[in-house]
Amino acid sequence: MLTLQFIPFSEISGLSPERRLKRILDAVKEDKIVVLEGKLAKEEETELIKATMESINGRFKGIEISVVSSDRKQEGVFRKLQRGLVEALSGARQGMTIIGPATIIREIRKDPDKVQLLTVEGSRNGRAGLKKKRRK
Amino acid sequence: MIEVLNRFIRQVFRNWFRKKRHIKLGLYGPPNGGKTTLANRICVDWLGEEMGKTSHIPHETREIQVKEQISIKSGKKELSFNLVDTPGIATKIDYEDFIKAGLNAKESKKRAKEATKGVIDSIKWLDEMDAVIVVLDSTKDPYSQVNITLIGNLEARKIPLLIVANKSDLKRANIKKVQAAFPQYSVVGISAKYGNSMDRFYEQLFEVAG
Repeated sequence: MLTLQFIPFSEISGLSPERRLKRILDAVKEDKIVVLEGKLAKEEETELIKATMESINGRFKGIEISVVSSDRKQEGVFRKLQRGLVEALSGARQGMTIIGPATIIREIRKDPDKVQLLTVEGSRNGRAGLKKKRRK
Repeated sequence: MIEVLNRFIRQVFRNWFRKKRHIKLGLYGPPNGGKTTLANRICVDWLGEEMGKTSHIPHETREIQVKEQISIKSGKKELSFNLVDTPGIATKIDYEDFIKAGLNAKESKKRAKEATKGVIDSIKWLDEMDAVIVVLDSTKDPYSQVNITLIGNLEARKIPLLIVANKSDLKRANIKKVQAAFPQYSVVGISAKYGNSMDRFYEQLFEVAG
């Protein structure tokens, strides 16, 4: 059975970067696939990789991570400004981050319309799909 | 606040060294992209000797390797740098993969432990770099999160970077896909193993780090 844990950004936005990453990693170590509302900062992503490496042992083999966000290349100038202003005021980061244990998720594939979680043989039937709404 | 101050001081030093034309040039990327093969190619081209050992088994480079005082020339231009070959950055390391690749259990566990430390060291060294060559295997999907995270971090740190789409000699190589994935950066397709398109690589290196 696959367990997905949704973490709203509001739940971790008030935490320090260390506690934020610990919250995510603890859930992943419990074999849960974390679906995080929003994105981590680039520096936080590398800190997550470092924390993951420090946690690797016989049972925990690491993570698979993928960030899904709207196609910003198609955004107009006004839309970019609007998004930047909303993010600056609310502190929210648009998009979605999927983080799962490498013992369960073999690969995360993205294409414009969907996200595919390819699971390790034996953990499920091998493929789980999360459809992403295309932004109009 | 301290982190911001640290970054500012590093940036000042980085600019100063860049003006001095003697920089720290890092080779970064996922495992088995050909970082050490490229390091060897550069060292053979300009120093006449190799830098490190390569292998088909991932995570062959598990410690930071530095080759000092490399000077490359192109016409009247000259660029001097310390070449830093780093362990491949990954989000997962499974010792059983090394067993499948032919190592015994003890060697595999040791390699996995060293590889995790190597990834941490690579990330720690990011701030030390004046310019970075991101080495990607052009037969693989360039949109992997490790590539995006690495390039995003270099961008956030304002470190100039050149993307190398390596292994252009292989049939499955797709240089255009790498270029399409990172259109805002210079991408040069090469074969570090056979030395294909190295002239173009050095030209691009002067553009980015010179």
